[in-house]
Amino acid sequence: METDGIKSSEPLPPGHPSGAAEPTPNPNSSGHSRRVFLFKLSLILNGAVGAILAVPIIGYLLGPALKKNSSDNSWIELGPFRAFPEGETRLVNFRNPVTTEWDGQTGDIPCWVRRISGENFQVFAINCAHLGCPVRWFAQSKLFLCPCHGGAYYEDGSRASGPPERGLFEYPHKIVAGTLMISAGKMPTLAAGNCAKPPLTQIQPNPAPTLADTEESKLVDPSKPGANSWPA
Amino acid sequence: MASLKKRAIDVYGWFEQRLGLGTPAIDAATHEVPSSTSSWWYVFGSAATVILVLQVVTGILLALVYAPTAGHAWTSLEFLDHNVRLGWYLRAMHGWGSDFMVAIVLIHMVQVFLFGAYKFPRELTWIVGVFLLLLTLGMAFTGQVLRFDQDAYWGLGIGASILSRVPFIGGSLVDLMLGGPIIGGPTLSRFFALHVFVIPVILLALVGLHLVMVLRLGINEWPMPGRLVNKKTYVQDYHKLTEKTGIPFVPDAAWKDAVFAAAILLAIMACAFWFGPFGPTGQPDPTIIQTAPKPDFAFLWIYAVLAYLPPSLETPLLFIAPILIIAAMLLLPLLSGEGEKHWSRRPVAVLMVAVIAVTLGAFTRLAMSTPWSPVMDAWTSDAIPAADLKDRTPLEREGALVLQNKQCRNCHSIGGAGGMRGPALDSVASRMTEDQIIRQVLQGGGNMPAYGNALNPAQTTALVHFLLTLRGGNLTPAIDASRQIVQSSEQPPTPSRPATPGAH
Repeated sequence: METDGIKSSEPLPPGHPSGAAEPTPNPNSSGHSRRVFLFKLSLILNGAVGAILAVPIIGYLLGPALKKNSSDNSWIELGPFRAFPEGETRLVNFRNPVTTEWDGQTGDIPCWVRRISGENFQVFAINCAHLGCPVRWFAQSKLFLCPCHGGAYYEDGSRASGPPERGLFEYPHKIVAGTLMISAGKMPTLAAGNCAKPPLTQIQPNPAPTLADTEESKLVDPSKPGANSWPA
Repeated sequence: MASLKKRAIDVYGWFEQRLGLGTPAIDAATHEVPSSTSSWWYVFGSAATVILVLQVVTGILLALVYAPTAGHAWTSLEFLDHNVRLGWYLRAMHGWGSDFMVAIVLIHMVQVFLFGAYKFPRELTWIVGVFLLLLTLGMAFTGQVLRFDQDAYWGLGIGASILSRVPFIGGSLVDLMLGGPIIGGPTLSRFFALHVFVIPVILLALVGLHLVMVLRLGINEWPMPGRLVNKKTYVQDYHKLTEKTGIPFVPDAAWKDAVFAAAILLAIMACAFWFGPFGPTGQPDPTIIQTAPKPDFAFLWIYAVLAYLPPSLETPLLFIAPILIIAAMLLLPLLSGEGEKHWSRRPVAVLMVAVIAVTLGAFTRLAMSTPWSPVMDAWTSDAIPAADLKDRTPLEREGALVLQNKQCRNCHSIGGAGGMRGPALDSVASRMTEDQIIRQVLQGGGNMPAYGNALNPAQTTALVHFLLTLRGGNLTPAIDASRQIVQSSEQPPTPSRPATPGAH
């Protein structure tokens, strides 16, 4: 090896007994086995300390996942419900109830509020049920369209076409003293429990015909739109 | 002069006596390699290492200014671009360096695969290389997140949506990834930690291991057709070859590596200079929904695959395919560690490389044009060609207005303008009859939403009348063959049979 340069060039410290005087350690002596035992003991000790140390580290790392889901959601006011025109769908921004000071703009969350009639509302998450991209509402064709992979949803949030397997995520909502409130706080994904899951196809019984509804076509097929697939 | 040289040698000797690193380093650099490895095909690994150094240096320089908080990251990038002297250039080099890195690593991998270099005794070198590829892609993804703009924000949303589909633990994984209930401050902080501390440490350690193994096992000799790898004789043969044709790696073989690395560095600097830094695109403000987020170049193909997979296959494929692909790459050297190395005797290997390259290229190309996405502003920006409105009745022109107003153009093109999600409508009337068009518009189907709720009868009539004029110049209109049969059977020639009422 190349590292023996120092040994050969530097003199041995004076007074050090040279080779012959030193008792050669016998590998089978009791001293050796005691040292081996102590070394093994030290390994066990370090293993134990490591295991104890791992508890806070892993606990810290898994912290976000160990939190209860429900603790993130709370009721947020979206404003007086009469401010939303009937039969229209509007984009509303709210500040997420759980934010840090350094979240900046990312703490502002948009949602689509649809006032069907009276106190009858639907509040959709902005995130496409496919991969979370922001869906856009097109009032003329009454569709939500996703820019990423072309997912499309009807005005009631049910799936119209494209890769999504289900309808839009809906926030639970209620009206308290004339104010529309939604329960939000967690990013809506397929795993988040906060989002009501509308059935893939919704047949609306047309409860109270509104002005918008009476304008609707008589030609409309009574069966669910999209339910019939075009024969190839 | 001579005394200066002697003093320099003395200083070197002083350090060498204490460190003892010089001699082994020189030995390693000048070790004998088979002369056939001095080839322009063997330069990609060293080029990747050089780019890694560039990325580390530029990354540290960017970290001098970058503010890793959700509220300020985007602003600090704008500050880097416009207020810090040469900040834009450092950002550009780091960004282009990352694209070059992914490309060079892939080319290196293809070269190693086609030259059979993963076979005995270099199996572990390949396996470590697979992890290096994954870590490189990890750096590319986390780096894209640190460019905390709209693409990064919605890219994180896509990542979280994918993770949420993992059975049972999906929700926990999303929480771990985001670090909080939404994409925000904690999310960026953890991606910063991954990009700057965790992945680089592992990456550098594995690169070291990779290099140590290359030195220990020798560079793969140039494969010859018919010279099979045999575990019993290979090491001996390799040593014989090295003895017979050996040349010192430095300088006889390394000059090609050095020249190529310099060329690549120049290319990165040139791209950075001419094309500038990547983004940042819009601010990471989720309330700005007028955006079409897209991943960086290396991940475009995944974006395209996600658009084309049938919905029912998506979740299983998302989680099974990566495991299979990575497992196949890891097991490759263990399953085919012996035998033929030369590409001319391994047609399956060559075919695989060709198919994978064409597939990735095609998906990447598709993701650059995103034909599956609606063109959100086509209904207001793309006019209907004048020729399609000439000599039309008022009703038909009204139908053209309906087509425009109901955003049909977002998915259907006319005259080459508009979305490509649905079929072009230029010759729709030559493919579909009036009844079929009415049905398709109102009920949808075949990946088209139903417009029954969005059209009143007058609009429908007008729209269909306009669509019936679209016959791609002057093609024959589509006809319903069955109706003709029914009508002809209603004709007098067979008066004995009672006329059957129309089936529809």
